[in-house]
Amino acid sequence: MKNFKKIIAVVLALVMITATFAACGGKEDKKPEADKIKVALICLHGDASTYDKNFIDAFKQACANKGLTADDYTIVTDIPEDTACYDQAADLAETCDLIFADSFGHEEYMIKAAKEFPDVEFCHATGTMAHTEKLANFHNAFANIYEGRYLAGVAAGMKLVELYGDAEGKVSDENAKIGYVGAHPYAEVISGYTSFYLGAKSVVENATMEVRYTNSWYDEAAEKTTALALIDNGCKLISQHADSMGAPTACEEKNIPNVSYNGSTVESCPNTFIVASRINWAPYFEYIIDCVMNDKAIDTDWTGTIETGSVELTAVGTAAAKGTQEKLDEVKAKIKDGSLKIFDCSTFTVEGKPLTSYMADVDTDKDFTPDTEVVETVNGVTFFNESAKRSAPYFNIIIDGITAVK
Amino acid sequence: MKKNTNNLKEPFVRIVKRDNITIPKVIIVYSVAIVAGLLLCGIICTLFSDKGLFDFFESLFNGAFGSERKLWLLLQDTSLLLGVSMALLPAFKMKFWNLGGNGQILVSCLSAVACMYYLGGKVADSIIIPLMLLASVVSGALWAVIPAIFKAKFNTNESLFTLMMNYIAQGLVALFITIWVKTGSGVLAPIPYGNVPEIGNKYLLPIILFAVITVLMYIYLRFSKHGYEISVVGESINTAKYVGIKVDKVIIRTMILSGAIAGLVGFILAGSINHTVSTASANNMGFTGIMTTWLAAFNPLIVVLTSFFITFISKGMMDVRKTFMFTNDAISNIVVGIIYFIVIVCSFFINYKLVFRKKEKEEIKK
Repeated sequence: MKNFKKIIAVVLALVMITATFAACGGKEDKKPEADKIKVALICLHGDASTYDKNFIDAFKQACANKGLTADDYTIVTDIPEDTACYDQAADLAETCDLIFADSFGHEEYMIKAAKEFPDVEFCHATGTMAHTEKLANFHNAFANIYEGRYLAGVAAGMKLVELYGDAEGKVSDENAKIGYVGAHPYAEVISGYTSFYLGAKSVVENATMEVRYTNSWYDEAAEKTTALALIDNGCKLISQHADSMGAPTACEEKNIPNVSYNGSTVESCPNTFIVASRINWAPYFEYIIDCVMNDKAIDTDWTGTIETGSVELTAVGTAAAKGTQEKLDEVKAKIKDGSLKIFDCSTFTVEGKPLTSYMADVDTDKDFTPDTEVVETVNGVTFFNESAKRSAPYFNIIIDGITAVK
Repeated sequence: MKKNTNNLKEPFVRIVKRDNITIPKVIIVYSVAIVAGLLLCGIICTLFSDKGLFDFFESLFNGAFGSERKLWLLLQDTSLLLGVSMALLPAFKMKFWNLGGNGQILVSCLSAVACMYYLGGKVADSIIIPLMLLASVVSGALWAVIPAIFKAKFNTNESLFTLMMNYIAQGLVALFITIWVKTGSGVLAPIPYGNVPEIGNKYLLPIILFAVITVLMYIYLRFSKHGYEISVVGESINTAKYVGIKVDKVIIRTMILSGAIAGLVGFILAGSINHTVSTASANNMGFTGIMTTWLAAFNPLIVVLTSFFITFISKGMMDVRKTFMFTNDAISNIVVGIIYFIVIVCSFFINYKLVFRKKEKEEIKK
């Protein structure tokens, strides 16, 4: 019985503490203003993933710019690409006006939720189905990240010249080898590394690139071992399309220059970080928040550019070659005024021949049938017109100079 | 070195088995532990945010019970975890450490999705679905029986073996996704064929199915000859041999059952809930299920409570993270870990007590 009294005493004490805190917490209740909207972001992983962190930071920034406080927005992380995404979206739809999901595999579940909640706007990054689904409240968005990748490639080429170039700036074939850690052999990745390679090639004519896939969007261990394997295989510079710190850390350990993605990795890798390209999602977030606030329709398929501020390069690292920033500004101006086409067919060949025509799978269907001609000629320049037919990339050709190991 | 001459020296603290604790007391101890654990977790969360303890509890309960949808999801996920626990339970009771729940679920998801992928649109759903069920159950059982055969015949270590089978299953799923998804995105879109029809609503099927399996498992372990054999093998293999139980046969038979139930979970995940598969499809339930069964001391009926509790915490913490603006799972993992830790420590003190060395003065008085 004595013990029982003790237990009762402990329970009562705990109840008291809870009650005190509860009383304190209760005062903070605020009622949202009537004209404010509620927005939500669904992420595949948390902010430990560079990919998701990029969305989370931009989302917070856009909300702050639009006067939304922490009470008006919700961020949900670690939502897998299965029915859990639908459950989460549907749950959020009961209280939110606008829901954004950041991962490719979320698309089908966002569409399902969009059909069920016609009054709520659903937006989705990297997806491909909005322009064929034709729902009023489901939208895709992406950015011309290949432009940023190209610039990053230029910086990579300059680094190779600085490290290994002779008096005329020529780099031997052996030293002109770049390694690339890819996630999946998917158009978004292929488009990214091809533009990166073309950027590097514009500086180092004889550059070659070895691509290895991890077959996962986010696998820190695999990304690191893949980067190390590439370095062992003679790659003199590494870049990656993968969402963890795996490849940058491997480069820092081996003192191999790294061109990063999604955001600067300079803090963890000060000696090897050259530059990173990233999509800045804040302009898009601000755009959709504006649309919802003012009851305007959101673009079904929105493509960000350097012009909209959606494609960005981070500050160059101290490891970058001298004059990198100036050169990047120069190339960037050419991209902006349209005088430089990234996938200019005169700069690359496919199986020894120039590319003159290509049917891409733009409208997603079950069998992935190629349906749209994407090689176009404007002002005498023949180029692969990436992200013009839909926002998500569709360049999925392995060009000469790149070897992709699956 | 001096030789310790005092052979009778009592250790400072001894662990003594308790055997007289009453059930109401057990309930009180657990309740206090859970409340205290939650309070501690709430306080930790408030340290990392400007929200208060009240927000913590409000979100915790809101996340689990906040709406009709959340309530159904809570029940659905509880039932899935219960299903996995029922798969692991007979193996554990036999002291066969089946750490391969994840792999068994994954491989059965994969088999079901393979039926959907290859037969979908060509054969009627009424044929595909039974085939999926069969494929799931058989592949789950197969994934479990391989380590069991090696254990029974060659006495290999089943923990390592089952763990490694998890990686093989994961690799297989990744392999098939690369084969099936021609764009290379690595994401298999939900397949519209072979979807198990809803009964009542879309959450009800797993709930009913795994409730029934739990009852059956209770009866099987408690009242059947098989159940008895499992306990004997678990207690002592030599005793089992002495009384004429064929230990090999019991191990293999029980693991087939274990894998088959895991296969059922895979079937439900693939056929009724997700209609697709990924390397994360098992949602780590194969490991969470270890905790639910251990905490329940291998009693199927108590597993219902532990599964519910763990699902409640994980659902609740999802909402806490939203409210507290935690944009990664680190803090919530710490918190969940603390609660589990407290509950586990608690179960230790229910079974054992610490006896401290009495002070010398008292001994002199005696």
